[in-house]
Amino acid sequence: MSPEASTAQSLAQTAAEMLSQGQVALVIGYAPTEGKRLSPPVFVTTPEEAQRLGFDSRCFGNLSVYLWSPQVRQMGKTAVVVKGCDVRAVNVLLRENVIKREDIVLIGVRCGGVGDLPAHKCTVCDCRDPQGCDVVVGDAVDQPDGAAEGRYSAAEALEEKSLDERREFWQRQLDKCIRCYACRQVCPLCYCKRCIVEKSTPQWVETSAHPRGNLSWNVVRAFHLAGRCVGCGECERVCPMNIPLGAINQKMAKLMEDEYDFRSGMSPEEKAPFTTFSTDDTDEGIL
Amino acid sequence: MIQTKHDQDDTAQWQPRIVAFLCNWCSYAGADLAGMSRLSYPASIKIIRLPCSGKVDPMFVLKSFERGADMVLVSGCHPGDCHYTSGNYHARRKLKAFRELMSFLGVDPRRFKFSWVSAAEGAKWSKLVEEITAEARELGPFRTFPEAAKTEASQ
Repeated sequence: MSPEASTAQSLAQTAAEMLSQGQVALVIGYAPTEGKRLSPPVFVTTPEEAQRLGFDSRCFGNLSVYLWSPQVRQMGKTAVVVKGCDVRAVNVLLRENVIKREDIVLIGVRCGGVGDLPAHKCTVCDCRDPQGCDVVVGDAVDQPDGAAEGRYSAAEALEEKSLDERREFWQRQLDKCIRCYACRQVCPLCYCKRCIVEKSTPQWVETSAHPRGNLSWNVVRAFHLAGRCVGCGECERVCPMNIPLGAINQKMAKLMEDEYDFRSGMSPEEKAPFTTFSTDDTDEGIL
Repeated sequence: MIQTKHDQDDTAQWQPRIVAFLCNWCSYAGADLAGMSRLSYPASIKIIRLPCSGKVDPMFVLKSFERGADMVLVSGCHPGDCHYTSGNYHARRKLKAFRELMSFLGVDPRRFKFSWVSAAEGAKWSKLVEEITAEARELGPFRTFPEAAKTEASQ
């Protein structure tokens, strides 16, 4: 039996058991489908349906995004299939009291990386073995070597450029934005019931796809995620205009690691840099 | 107003627009003291009074730039002196990160200033405004993203 088939079998078995014993009302997982570029999410409510569950290198999605949706929460206790990197997003949701640990069951799956050419996050992954899950399935996988080095490579490449070059680059990139907010919808941490772009008294962000509003929107998005973003890369993947949003997220994540020795989502107990302060913070650049 | 002397001196020159977000308890009082002590400073600065520097949302700064500010200043109490104990510490963290983010996106970080001015520092306030106005003048008008895009399209 191939490793994928055995993972699928244990996933289906685990989910079917949980559902038939009434431990959970819903299992959210992936349903690998022949001929599709990505394995779509599937919402399983009966043990029979659990056969559809599986896991392969097309399971890009971060399913923790469904955990706080009202439709899912009203169904009762939910089990979710998570990769090691997705667990980090769950940890942030837990630390921000968006969800309660007792309301969810985490089915961790060991992941060797997603994408035909592994996605950037997978080449620098250091969490292939999911931590803090209730059940873990799948065969053991190797961690890539030297993972930490290239972690912020996209941001670093831009940092090396001059200010003018960066301005030109981002102007061209952000000009493309059509303000579809796919980046927001797919983000497991963009859970505000009313987003700032939807507030109109005052109108903080211009709503049309105009370079001025595009800059504001992307700055606001990045800043609201600073110290929270776990780098799952979903925003960049779903962007229909291929704006390198990952580079902006990397920049903020790098700042948090350099300044505050903090990486988001490593545990549900951590304290994010922007929820606290230190009297020893630098006064550099302050007049 | 005290500021008129400068206004007259500078009419021939381009005047930068500087938006300043001042905390009510220290920097605003400091600016007030500068006025009461008859210290003059350039009229380029437009003061907006807030309860605390911790109240400054990056959105305020962005909005100022969008609406034509050439420079933005945020000023609050010295560390340890915050009326609300810790607002300025939070501001220091957030705004440093914000400056880095803007610089990463290609906005000159020199256009975003942050300072500590206490209620007793009228002289510091007046000197600070002189200095940043001179710097803003040197930097010239802030070409925002859309304006820059327009110029390039017309070429």
